[in-house]
Amino acid sequence: MALDKTTVARIAHLARIEIPESELDALTGELAKILEWIDQLGEVDTERVEPMRKVMDIPAHWRPDEVTDGGRREDILANAPETHDGYFVVPKVVE
Amino acid sequence: MSELTALTLTAAREALRRREISARELTEAHLRAMEAARDLNAYITETPERALAMADAADARLARGESGLLEGLPLAIKDLFCTEGILTTAGSHILEGFVPPYESTVTRRLWEAGAVCLGKANLDEFAMGSANVTSYYGPVRNPWTRPGEEVPLVPGGSSGGSAAAVAARLCLGATGTDTGGSIRQPASFCGVVGMKPTYGRCSRFGIVAFASSLDQAGPLTRTVADCALLLQAMAGYDPQDSTSAAREVPDWSGGLSGEVRGLRIGVPAEYRVEGMPEEIERLWRQGAEWLRAAGAEIREISLPHTRYALPAYYIIAPAEASSNLARYDGMRFGLRVEGADLTETYMKTRGRGFGAEVKRRVLIGTYALSAGYYDAYYLKAQKVRRRIAEDFTAAFREVDAILTPTAPSAAFRLGEKSDDPVAMYLNDVFTVPASLAGLPGISVPAGLSAEGLPLGLQVIGRAWDEATVLRVGRALEEAAAFTALPYGLAEVAG
Amino acid sequence: MSFVIKGDTGDWEIVCGLEVHAQVISRAKLFSGASTAFGAEPNSQVSPVDAGMPGMLPVINAFCIEQAVRTGLGLRAEINRFSVFERKNYFYPDLPNGYQISQYQHPLVGRGELLIDLPDGRTKAIGITRLHLEMDAGKSLHDQLPDRTLIDLNRSGVALMEIVSEPDIRSPEEAVAYMRKLRSILRYLGTCDGNMEEGSLRCDANVSVRRVGSREFGTRCEIKNVNSMRFVAKAIEYEARRQVEILEAGGVIEQETRLFDSGRGVTRSMRSKEEAHDYRYFPDPDLLPLELEEAFVARIRESLPELPDEKKERFIREFGLTPYDAGVLVAERATADYFEEVAAGRDAKQAANWVITELFGALNRAGKGIEECPIRPHQLGRLIDLLNEKVLSGRLAKDVFAIMFETGEDPERIVEERGLRQVTDTSAIEPIVEKVIADNPGQVETYRKNPKVIGWFVGQVMKATRGKANPQMVQELLKKRLEG
Repeated sequence: MALDKTTVARIAHLARIEIPESELDALTGELAKILEWIDQLGEVDTERVEPMRKVMDIPAHWRPDEVTDGGRREDILANAPETHDGYFVVPKVVE
Repeated sequence: MSELTALTLTAAREALRRREISARELTEAHLRAMEAARDLNAYITETPERALAMADAADARLARGESGLLEGLPLAIKDLFCTEGILTTAGSHILEGFVPPYESTVTRRLWEAGAVCLGKANLDEFAMGSANVTSYYGPVRNPWTRPGEEVPLVPGGSSGGSAAAVAARLCLGATGTDTGGSIRQPASFCGVVGMKPTYGRCSRFGIVAFASSLDQAGPLTRTVADCALLLQAMAGYDPQDSTSAAREVPDWSGGLSGEVRGLRIGVPAEYRVEGMPEEIERLWRQGAEWLRAAGAEIREISLPHTRYALPAYYIIAPAEASSNLARYDGMRFGLRVEGADLTETYMKTRGRGFGAEVKRRVLIGTYALSAGYYDAYYLKAQKVRRRIAEDFTAAFREVDAILTPTAPSAAFRLGEKSDDPVAMYLNDVFTVPASLAGLPGISVPAGLSAEGLPLGLQVIGRAWDEATVLRVGRALEEAAAFTALPYGLAEVAG
Repeated sequence: MSFVIKGDTGDWEIVCGLEVHAQVISRAKLFSGASTAFGAEPNSQVSPVDAGMPGMLPVINAFCIEQAVRTGLGLRAEINRFSVFERKNYFYPDLPNGYQISQYQHPLVGRGELLIDLPDGRTKAIGITRLHLEMDAGKSLHDQLPDRTLIDLNRSGVALMEIVSEPDIRSPEEAVAYMRKLRSILRYLGTCDGNMEEGSLRCDANVSVRRVGSREFGTRCEIKNVNSMRFVAKAIEYEARRQVEILEAGGVIEQETRLFDSGRGVTRSMRSKEEAHDYRYFPDPDLLPLELEEAFVARIRESLPELPDEKKERFIREFGLTPYDAGVLVAERATADYFEEVAAGRDAKQAANWVITELFGALNRAGKGIEECPIRPHQLGRLIDLLNEKVLSGRLAKDVFAIMFETGEDPERIVEERGLRQVTDTSAIEPIVEKVIADNPGQVETYRKNPKVIGWFVGQVMKATRGKANPQMVQELLKKRLEG
């Protein structure tokens, strides 16, 4: 599966990572090389093989429906780049 | 190197208990060593005040005859573990200034056991790397150099700072995390012991996630006994991690011996990869010979899908990472680079906050999960992963443990392989298969390369059977009698 | 009942499916221990897990699973004993992780069905496609600061059930009936409080139109933000007419997401996305697949309450109520329970009349719900008894009812203290009859020509007795006296 610049730009936008135009060619080359190397996976017969869904077969544990956290707004906001009146402040969201 | 920093974790523990030394002097000796070895760049953050306060508290408890498993023992913590009130960076610019309001479960256990926090060890950015060259805080230098050479070598990665700190006697032991070899490979490069336990043995709660289905915490130490001791304190069920196993933690350190008589040790044919240096193959044969001499039975085994482990890993890990790293968006913590609008703020923050390797992996992962490619990449990789795990299951019907080299080379020069991602990825060729299968693995220093650099051997065990892995590791350690020191230290030690 | 949109070129019908987000009733969030209570200070009910902080991990709240299974069973749906939580990846400031934990390929609940009650008393089955659990996002406030948006994460991580219907709905009224019935079932089950104002029940509608008689589906638009029963009908009808207009003019419908503007009663296109959505779903590696024991499902099945459909059936069968009355009574579990208590040992139809006409009327006028009703069911039952025992006339009973509603007092006490007992003693009524006749000779004359005037006489006597005389008795005495 060939990877081109347009696809890399689209993926970068999907991942919200700015890639300067000047770096796009080199990056496309690197990623294409990695993917080409990965393509050898196609050699493995995985017909009728279920994907791995859990690493270890351990029983699930669920939490009881109890309030054990919250009430620590200072903690939650402590690292925020910008706050106002107990809210996180972010650039204007346009709907 | 002072006498105090030369102690093993186990020896220091005994000396503390017998009150021959104090936690404070032990800690001070390490803080001095850290200061003197800053050129290694093993630590991102040193926490001397906290270390001394913890040491004093440990001394007070020791004086009262109370002592936890690790009472008064100074450790380095890979800067991927969130530590309450201490800057936690994951080696990334994007977590600039982040001070967690919570403690990771593993480090909480360590402090509860009485351990002393010396600081936060350098690492590859978000644990993505095999040479500790991707850290925003600069590369870590391996304390080892080729004899008579000044050329800096890499310590391996991603737990490069941890491995270097243990090797350079800048701590008695360190925590690491291992996703595809990030504990075992740097342990091999730095001539120390490093172990990744079974997936689910240590809680992932509070560890900055790289690839959730692969990440496991584990210890880096100078001996196998130290490794057992530190792992003992780190492991255990945590209801805050859904993938943590509600299993009893056996007393690994108590009954540790190198007794391997009657054990069947597998040597997988497929690990004889093309281009593997002859000296590594020779060391591997030597390891098998040591174990045979100690009474183990050596068997050739086959793990047929080994060569597909790396490519499968380089889909699964980046795919999970692309999602795990979406939270670093400049909205609630860390770096924010303001743009003209929201989207631009996201793009700039992540574009400047992440380094090149992180970006590569996030992009590969995003691509592998994107519409139209999911089946061909992610689903395919998870199917191949099952086949790899099945290979191990089949092998463990025949053998009790598997012996392999840890890495295909000794430590290489800083800057080497940096322009070729795939060449860099090949460092983990021997460690990744066990990671995909979730199995425990240890790297034990077993000899020196022709260039005089340490080389490790890896022991892989059955799920939850860390005990056998440690036992075989101990047997290798005894037989190898690896006493070489990094040359800087050897000169000081005389 | 068919709903047809008449166009210049022919008749069109609506094809609609609803996607409902119902907030699960639970104390704590789906994956963290923070509270779900409504209306708290911003960011005060947030755990580091809900804020997507580094290293934080989700752990499933067992009760939320139970609630979703209960809902699935209430919708007569298959419970999938194997389901998977997946990550839906997209960037949005109120989505702290950069992904929503949801279910995609393997939902917890599969196909089911919901019977809606049509105004003519018939029912219609609407297929349920699936139900899955997912976490809510936080809240964005856009109008507090210029150029900035404020984020409150209190809702982030609250458990939601997404309930998706088949495109079986054919009119705005059916959509409303679906929403009412779904709300009713959720409330019976105690799995969602159904409060649309507080956002615990939210609805998106997928709307398309096609020519009557066609089997093909047209291109659909998803209408978001349809957040009251009133708007459900309005939004669907507006959207359908909009599409018909376009199609009749020879245009084509573009598949898109539209927002219902409740102020103007129109749907409008959401600013066209810069990119097509690519959510990159994959199984959340922080969570194991959800595997349920048969016994777990069986235990929930056994604890299910009687649901509105069965209750309605029973009310019709046991009490002989009309489907309409039964439907009204079972809409809310509390109402049905109230009615049953009133009806116990009494004439059920009479009880139903009192509950539906008098009680609901009074509650409506007072703007109260059944939970705040000042009259206890046994009190209303006693009032009906007093009426049947002829202690009260129908008129007096209504007066006593009004006082009961006002004061919450027992009917017996009101009757005693206020002397409202019906007078049935002829010797007490006769003198009054005499006096009324004697005082109104003119009306007596009129009666001879028009016997209907007797009503006027009854009124006068009742007035003189302050309503306490037994009206039948008064009528008989008057008749006897006037004829004689």
